[in-house]
Amino acid sequence: MELTMRGLWTLVHGMGFGALYMLACSGAIVELTRFTTSRAMPATPGAERFLKVYLIAMVVLAWSAVLTGTYVVYPWYRAVPPPGTVDLAGFPQRLLLASAATSGWHSLGMEWKEHVAWFVPIAITMVAYVFIRYGRDLRNHRQLRAGVLGFTLVSFLAAGVAGFFGAMIDKVAPVQGGEIVHLSRGETK
Amino acid sequence: MLAAAIGCFAVAVLALAGDKSAAIKSSLNFYRPTGPLSGVTTVAIVIWLVVWVLLGWRWRRRTVAAGRVIVAALVLLGLGLLLTFPPIADVF
Repeated sequence: MELTMRGLWTLVHGMGFGALYMLACSGAIVELTRFTTSRAMPATPGAERFLKVYLIAMVVLAWSAVLTGTYVVYPWYRAVPPPGTVDLAGFPQRLLLASAATSGWHSLGMEWKEHVAWFVPIAITMVAYVFIRYGRDLRNHRQLRAGVLGFTLVSFLAAGVAGFFGAMIDKVAPVQGGEIVHLSRGETK
Repeated sequence: MLAAAIGCFAVAVLALAGDKSAAIKSSLNFYRPTGPLSGVTTVAIVIWLVVWVLLGWRWRRRTVAAGRVIVAALVLLGLGLLLTFPPIADVF
């Protein structure tokens, strides 16, 4: 099993930070709702502390995802081939734009993904800040609670859009190249 | 919350402006390998943080109408989301 260094970074960005964020976000929506609305669920200091740490971890994941995406993977995606290049395999954006059947993955997918993804860290940083500041007292601020849940939902939606198009674009025109990373050696049959 | 919404809205507006004007696009090209996206996101983050500090400072001893501020924030966030969607951005 082996993959290229660029493929590995794409994996870290998408499957590592991005997918983990989405999983964490679905949990955060449930926990924030339960913690701030359910009268049956006791808001213990331990549960509050856990949710604060959980949200901080989500902030780290969100910023890691957009920073690796924008400054590590995206430059490889949009690399310009030298004039006369016939094989566009190492230039995903140009490869997608070269065919009417695939250009939409860039003009709609990547154009949307690259901007909407940045809503995620901004929104979740605000959510974490508000929760750290108010904690269990958020139960007594109905409007603020609605705003916090709204921003969390939008961050989930934005991460979903970015994740979906990231995965689909990488299927059609994968970011590949660089050193080969050997994960394990198999047997030939 | 309002500052975060303004930051998100700024991402959408700057991306749209860069798309419509070659001069703005070129001025947002802070880091050549990433292109204008580097400028769009850096400027939007600066706007978000500056607005956050300014609003925090101005409202530190005032009672603000939370309901109206939160509604404004959610409207800005929604508009920002719509503006990042390419078919809608192409209308402008």
